[in-house]
Amino acid sequence: MLISNMEIVPGKRIVKHLGLVQGSTVRAKHAGRDIMASFKNVFGGELKGYTELLSESRDEAIARMTQQAQTLGANAVINVRFSTSSIAAGASEIFVYGTAVIVEDR
Amino acid sequence: MENLIFVLVMLALGFGFGRLAEKRHYRSIHQREDSLRHLLVLPDKTPPAQFLNHDSVLVSGSVVISVDYFKTFVASLRNLLGGRVSSYESLLDRARREAILRMQEEADAYGADAVFNLKFETSRIGQNGQQGLGSVEVLAYGTAFIPAAAAVTEASAPQL
Repeated sequence: MLISNMEIVPGKRIVKHLGLVQGSTVRAKHAGRDIMASFKNVFGGELKGYTELLSESRDEAIARMTQQAQTLGANAVINVRFSTSSIAAGASEIFVYGTAVIVEDR
Repeated sequence: MENLIFVLVMLALGFGFGRLAEKRHYRSIHQREDSLRHLLVLPDKTPPAQFLNHDSVLVSGSVVISVDYFKTFVASLRNLLGGRVSSYESLLDRARREAILRMQEEADAYGADAVFNLKFETSRIGQNGQQGLGSVEVLAYGTAFIPAAAAVTEASAPQL
């Protein structure tokens, strides 16, 4: 599965558009990390726990999107966009969407 | 009185450690930016013709950076007077550059020579519904172009 945030795929031709595919996940941090984070809010610096959590959830969201694209019979997802929103204290939603297409070598 | 002492101690801690963290972070950013200078990162939507035979893959880098107590305090004073909040500016600058660097590192691991269609996504991670900025998350993503095995020779010296 080819995933790209461009509208075209270099060296390949888009044969068929299969429509929008999306994946999302909502994750919360456990209390321990929240406490560590509030300490960090005094000292400043990177919150490694949160960085990790967010990149894990991003992978999860991409995996769900890929799965959806596979059921449509696509072999690529193009024009992928990410969106993040914090819905409640300590929880954030990662949303990823793109266009499922079938590409073939030019 | 005790509250005042508490606030002053927090301010001092925030100022000291925050400054140290920022200095250290900027040093590492400058160093890594120098070492990744060969990898082009462009926000262009379509690549120039010489990249058309490359393989492409989505790369991303993200970072969550927290404010310190001193920055929050300075920013809340700024809110009264208005104007540039430089304490937050440097925070966001660090976060963006760090995110780009992580994305570049991922692209470099793939053996890519350029990243096109760079996009940013910034979001705020609040602290228990608290006012003001808790920490910021910045995500940078783009499409990395990897020279195909056959095209390595002609693409080894990309010129734009």
